[in-house]
Order: sequence, then C-alpha cells, then structure tokens
Amino acid sequence: MSERVLAALKQKFAADVLLTHSQFGDDTAVVAPSSWKAVCTFLRSDPEMGFDMFVDLCGVDYPTRDPRVEVVLHLRSMVHGHRVRVKTSVGDEDLDGCEVDSVTSLWPGADWFEREVYDLVGVHFRGHPDLRRILMYPEFEGHPLLKDYPADRTQPLIPYRTEAEAGLPLEKLAPFGRDEGMPFGRGLTKPAALASGHDDHAMKHGDN
Amino acid sequence: MGELKQVTLDASESSGFATTKLDALLGWARKWSLFKYPFVTACCGMEFMAVTSPRFDGTARFGAEAPRFSPRQSDLLWVVGTISQRQAPVLKRIYEQMMEPKWVLAFGTCASCGGFYDNYTTVPGIDKIIPCDVYIPGCPPRPEAVIDGLMLLQDKIARGDKTPGIVKPREDPASLVKLRLSKDSGQ
Repeated sequence: MSERVLAALKQKFAADVLLTHSQFGDDTAVVAPSSWKAVCTFLRSDPEMGFDMFVDLCGVDYPTRDPRVEVVLHLRSMVHGHRVRVKTSVGDEDLDGCEVDSVTSLWPGADWFEREVYDLVGVHFRGHPDLRRILMYPEFEGHPLLKDYPADRTQPLIPYRTEAEAGLPLEKLAPFGRDEGMPFGRGLTKPAALASGHDDHAMKHGDN
Repeated sequence: MGELKQVTLDASESSGFATTKLDALLGWARKWSLFKYPFVTACCGMEFMAVTSPRFDGTARFGAEAPRFSPRQSDLLWVVGTISQRQAPVLKRIYEQMMEPKWVLAFGTCASCGGFYDNYTTVPGIDKIIPCDVYIPGCPPRPEAVIDGLMLLQDKIARGDKTPGIVKPREDPASLVKLRLSKDSGQ
C-alpha cells in the first residue's frame, strides 16, 4: 500500500535496514538498533513520510533468537494516511546490551509505552525522561514477560497467610506450575542458569 | 422473627441471664444490619450493581443495603473482582481497619481463587491475605448466587460459625426449561 515508505527507508539508510516485507497491506522494516533514533526522526520529520501519530510500541521476547528482544513500533501518518511498522532487536541471551534510544522526544505519547516495555520485557530506553516501572510495583524483581520468567513465580508485597492460618491448601495443582504454558521447554533457552536456579524459584508462598 | 423466641431470661439463675441466648439475640441483630464496604476492582462490579439494584434487590431485603465507605463504620467487606499483588497491601489494611465483629465475602472467582489469572500479577484468592467467610464462585456469579452467599453468611452469623463457606451452584434455569420441554415432548 505504502511501499514507498519502505523504499525511502531503504534508499536513505541502506545497510541499516536489515529486512523489509509487506504482507496484507502491512509494511514492516527491521532496522539496526544503532539507527533506531535516526530512522524514527526521519519518519517523523520528513514531509514525504509525515508519521505524526504514534500508535503503539511493544516488546517481544524470542528466547531462541540472538538478539532476543524485539522492539516493535507502529506509526501512522494522518497527513498521508499510511502506516508503517518498524522493528529492531536488542539484547543477548543474558539481556546485555538490551537498550535502544527513546523516541519520546519525537512522539510524547511513547512515554508510557516505553515504560511498559521496560517494565515487562526489560528494554532500557536511552534518553527517556522517567524510566521506571509502570504496571508492576517498584519492589518487583525481573521482567515478567520474558519467556524465562517462571510461570508460577509470584512476588507478594505482603506475606501470604500460612496454610494453618488459612485452613486451606495453598499449593497449586497440576497442570499449573512453573512451566505452565511453555510447550517449547525451558531447557532451550538457558539450561545451566535455570537448572541451578530451579529450587530458588520453587513455589514458596510468602518468600519468593 | 422465630429466632427471638429463644431469648428467655431465666429468673431462677442468680445472675439472671444466659449468654447463649444473648448471643442468639446479637447474632439476629447483626445478621440483619450488615453495613457493607464494597471493595470493587473489576468486572464483577457490574454484577454487584445488578444485585443491589431493584430487579434483584439483593441487599436491601437482607438489611445489608447501606454502604459505608469507611472501613471503620462497616462490618461486611465485599471483595468484588481481581486483586492484584499491588493492591494486596491496601486490601489488608482496609480489613485491619474494620471493627470487630467483621466478615469478608469473596465475590466471584477472581476474589475466591484468582480465577484464570494464574500468574505473576494476581493474588490467587483473597484468603491468602485476609480471612474469608463466604466464597461465591462464578465469573461473574449470578445475582441468585450472591443472594445465596449473603443468606449463607447470615446463617453463619446467627450460628456464630466462623468456618468459611462456599455457595453451592443452583440448578440452571435454562436446564430446567430444557427438562420440561423434553418431558412435554415425551408425553
């Protein structure tokens, strides 16, 4: 539909545009994280592009990829009526280098979205004015939407009542548990670290 | 007012009263004057409105209509909806601020056990934090189930029973209709 956006990006950023595809009218450009801010600035300020509306920003964890965390930005131009999706991937297996430039200076609406991506997936946005958790509480450890966050790990702010106090069994029954909903298996991502950390994450209400 | 018949002062005793009878009187008084604190957090709130509004009139009929938005003046805590880990300290503090005697009613599956939010963000049932007297299952519960729960709580209050109770499912009216139809067609 608006493949000229992709063509312009390819022409201007050449090797920094790693991949483009257009499916079902959705145009996607995968760019190098180093050129993230430059690409966004171009899309925002170039009159031919005119992406004046920030639609969405989210993070996705692909545990088998390297880099593993993908940042996805959706933009729309109210002037030209076209849309584009820009992606970049950051962070290695241990989430080192999991950072990308903030686009809040281009679209102020990106503020809370970047905080959400930081909160749930752990991407640090350089230059964000107030990068702190937005959904989880400050005491929360880790980033819950990473695929290696144990499915049954909860971090209560106040200790749970004991089973004697509650008069009820508190343990979860199968099929619920730490690998719930993870058909690919945890061993594929970080076998050594997780095998040793298995007991630490075992379900203990009140202290995990 | 059948319960009141039990209250008889025994003049032959030197003290002139019997505590069991007084408990029965107090239980009767308490169960018909529940001042509620609605802790409404999620979609069950819509069903809570249905229960309290005229069609079902599920609280005024039982003396539990008047809400008190201060925990210090209320004695029945309605926990209506999902409780996130972040809200847990707030809920516990509100419970602690309520005066004795106090009761807690878990409205819906999320408040009772966390429901399908079996993850990092949700408290798997308010009984992990505070004692709970009546669990009303359902997502959301039908108003009839809530009325059943309220009556179950009244029964517990009257009997001085502090053990938790769970509302049993009623027969679904739709299935009754189906039964009747099949019966008719068989004749």
